[in-house]
Amino acid sequence: MEFTAEIDIMPLDALLDPQGKAVSGSMKNLGLSEITNVRIGKHITLKVKAKDKSEAEAKVDEACKKLLANQIMEKYSFSLKELVA
Amino acid sequence: MKFGVVVFPGSNCDEDLIYTFESILGQEVARLWHKDTDLQGAEFILIPGGFSYGDYLRSGAIARFSPIMTSVIDHCNKGGFALGICNGFQILCEAGLLPGALLHNDSQKFVCKNVFMKAATSSTILSSGLEPDKVLKIPIAHGEGRYYASTQELKKLNENQQVVFRYCDKDGLFNSDANPNGSLENIAGVCNASKNVFGMMPHPERASDIALGNTDGRLIFESILNSMMVA
Repeated sequence: MEFTAEIDIMPLDALLDPQGKAVSGSMKNLGLSEITNVRIGKHITLKVKAKDKSEAEAKVDEACKKLLANQIMEKYSFSLKELVA
Repeated sequence: MKFGVVVFPGSNCDEDLIYTFESILGQEVARLWHKDTDLQGAEFILIPGGFSYGDYLRSGAIARFSPIMTSVIDHCNKGGFALGICNGFQILCEAGLLPGALLHNDSQKFVCKNVFMKAATSSTILSSGLEPDKVLKIPIAHGEGRYYASTQELKKLNENQQVVFRYCDKDGLFNSDANPNGSLENIAGVCNASKNVFGMMPHPERASDIALGNTDGRLIFESILNSMMVA
């Protein structure tokens, strides 16, 4: 089986995200002062081959832990969708 | 003593380090290509600044998995010495050899200027040879240098005297105005618990040649050499 994974990586809530803060600030200039707390992360997509969904989940989780996210400063979440040939 | 300078695609301070250690300090230096695994007998590994692998994903994240790093990690875990400067510091943090992480500067800008810093401990080979309270002027050049560690980790670092350098003003005072990137507690450099692996954001190799008008950085390298000779 083959799956696609959609992975979101975000700075930890406790950390200042200067990029998000700058974008939050510019919302006022757009006349959208109702928008606050912008936080900016990364979105990663990939394909993974596995015998079932739980094995695919384990592989994506390992990739996130070892490389895609640095858990000292980031958190991640992902969803998997089976690719139909 | 034999030093080894690791060269990644995108390293750009490797030649400065080699020049400093070979021509100024008169040491034997090996170039360690990222695809190799042989440390060529180097006893002290230097990981230079630059933009290894284009800083893709996160600074240092990809370099950390290159073949040479497997040997460097092994070397460090056996008590061997290593110092990472700037991107080298980021790589050693990503490799888990140093605690914490380096985040985007709070200004969201790349900062390239001379800063002042001071040793926070004399218990490491980088700082034991410095005069107490000596303020050093060393250049920084980074976009991701905001040192961060969890509260528990930070407490451990302070208790074990693992904070090696802090940014200060020209009079040696630690204050937020002297902090160029928003690092926790003005931290500019740290070491691991066993004090054989070091990382710092400022570039002492860019302040080692008399022709550059500033040799404060050389004092740090001389501290290393003097400690090694005594040991």
